[in-house]
Amino acid sequence: MTTKKNNRRNFLKLSGATALSIPFVSRAWASTVELNMLAWYGHGEPDIVSEFEAANNVKFVPKYYAGGDNMLALIAQSPPGTYDIILSDAEFVQQLNMAGYIEDLEPSDYPFDDMLHEDFTKFPGHWANGKLHSVMVRGGHLGVSYNKTVISEEEAQSYSCFWKPEVKGKVGHFDWHLPNLGMMSLYKGNGSGLWDLDNKKWQAVQDVTMSLRSQVGGYFDYGGTFNSLKNGEMLAMCGIGDWITGVLEKDGAPVGSVIPKEGGIQWTESYCIGKGTDKVDIIKKFINYMLSPVGQVKSAQMAAYPGFCITKAGRAALIEADPKEAKRSHQMEGMPNDPIALINDGRIHYRDIPKQQTLEDWNDFWSEYKNA
Amino acid sequence: MKPTKNNLNIYSLTFRLPIIIWQLLFFVGPVLFMVAMSFFLVKNYRMTEAFEFINWTKMFSKNYFWDSYWFTIIIAGTSTLLTMLIAFPASFTLAFKVSDNIRRWAIFMLIIPFFTSYLVRTFSWYVILAEKGVINAFFSYLDLGPFKMLNTHIGTLVGYMTLTLPLVIILQTVTMANIDRNLIEAAYNLGCKPKSIIQRVIIPLSKTGFIIAAVFCFILSFGDFVAPFYLGGSQEPTLPILILDTTKSGQQWPRAAVVAIVMMITLFSIAFIGIMTAYSKSFKK
Repeated sequence: MTTKKNNRRNFLKLSGATALSIPFVSRAWASTVELNMLAWYGHGEPDIVSEFEAANNVKFVPKYYAGGDNMLALIAQSPPGTYDIILSDAEFVQQLNMAGYIEDLEPSDYPFDDMLHEDFTKFPGHWANGKLHSVMVRGGHLGVSYNKTVISEEEAQSYSCFWKPEVKGKVGHFDWHLPNLGMMSLYKGNGSGLWDLDNKKWQAVQDVTMSLRSQVGGYFDYGGTFNSLKNGEMLAMCGIGDWITGVLEKDGAPVGSVIPKEGGIQWTESYCIGKGTDKVDIIKKFINYMLSPVGQVKSAQMAAYPGFCITKAGRAALIEADPKEAKRSHQMEGMPNDPIALINDGRIHYRDIPKQQTLEDWNDFWSEYKNA
Repeated sequence: MKPTKNNLNIYSLTFRLPIIIWQLLFFVGPVLFMVAMSFFLVKNYRMTEAFEFINWTKMFSKNYFWDSYWFTIIIAGTSTLLTMLIAFPASFTLAFKVSDNIRRWAIFMLIIPFFTSYLVRTFSWYVILAEKGVINAFFSYLDLGPFKMLNTHIGTLVGYMTLTLPLVIILQTVTMANIDRNLIEAAYNLGCKPKSIIQRVIIPLSKTGFIIAAVFCFILSFGDFVAPFYLGGSQEPTLPILILDTTKSGQQWPRAAVVAIVMMITLFSIAFIGIMTAYSKSFKK
């Protein structure tokens, strides 16, 4: 009986305590600010945002997309103010701005004086009529990604290695026309004009791409690209770079990425503030956090896919905190493939959208190519 | 009390109305919207209401659309044929050679795969079909291979069968298990050989169930995105992959709707022909 009474008393005590504490718990929850983020996969994951969330009592609610078109569509189909913070590929910022989806930014709020390259300060497309719309936070280079057991580093210095007989049926594509056709354009010697193709050049790019078809073993999304390189199903991959092979390389896979002599493409990720959000201050704080040395190191070490630091302080912090990763990704001054040195040498071209054709033209050709 | 005609109508409506409302809301409504959407236009990544035939003419004029269409029909048809053939010995054994208890357990085991995600089951084939996978490891002992199975049509077919084989075995088994054994015994007593019994008694009597199983198999394969994408490496793209490609670049949902409508019409036609054949009286002689 005593036990029963005690149990009943304990139960009542516990229930009372729980009931009384509920208002405090819900109040604590209520004060957490939710930030709706639209981004590529990985940017709203704990390895990137958890420290900031804990320190500022905010909670990121990420919605992930794959590709700039997908991002624009998600915004276009959502009511204004749905997304507080938007991570965009740089080439799509202009379209976000023209459609009125993002806020103007105040340049003095961000550490532009600390950028590793002057292009990052005045990044093409981030500014319009003297106004800033987006801030670059990270980038990476796309080139030849290959399995080191079959393709030598010397061979990988040209996109022609994709046509090697030894990799027949083993060349994969990241299933997005823009980087793949951009690379084919570089291979055809279009250099800095790789996106600005007249009919003749566009036809030449299509022809050379078609000539690669018999070498191709598949078209993959992020997971498929990752797996096929890891298990050796694909020995070379077109349309990607260190953002995928870097993760595999850290796991010990014999893969790597180089920028070939014909040049490489830079992907650039930038943060924008969504139009109509009432959380501007905390978003500004977050963008600055990502540009701070701590944020830049986190970005360089991102579990989903690594990117290079774009601030001097960020790079210095990475070298100090993770010299192995800094060395692996050549983010040290004096290294031959230092991303900044490659830009200075003119071997890197910023990813853009086609100038003389529409994205639809490129996509149509991509579908034809896949069916060929 | 004798129920009046009105009472009967209310009674029957009580049971029929939810199904009718469900079908109207979640099938007819979306289909009608999809048809309407196929005439919309996309401007600045946003769909705008319109009544233009541009999406239909655009898709129908593209070679890659027809390539994908015929490829999807061929590979789904091949999958259906292979699945039906592979399933038959197992179904035959379960229907005629084992006890009722074992058959019940076998059917239960065949249902179990549906408890797990099809995507997970598909991914598990990576370990088996890869060049460094289980099958090629076995072949290497025989000094054979490695054979490329992932990112090929074989991969796609394996994925389709992962989805459809258990279902087809269940349908075939249940159909054959319900055949009147007296008819089989009669055929045997009249001197029919086992092969003839299968050909002239079991298969004709199982025709309805077999056709239904084949139709299900075709429908599931024809509309599947996972197997051709993850195990077939998207080459060549099937219609579900084409829908994804169409929406991914330029957000052309109206053009994707055209593809989806063509798929639906194709499936309706095949299902209709299949069911008409299954229940056709001329075959029941």
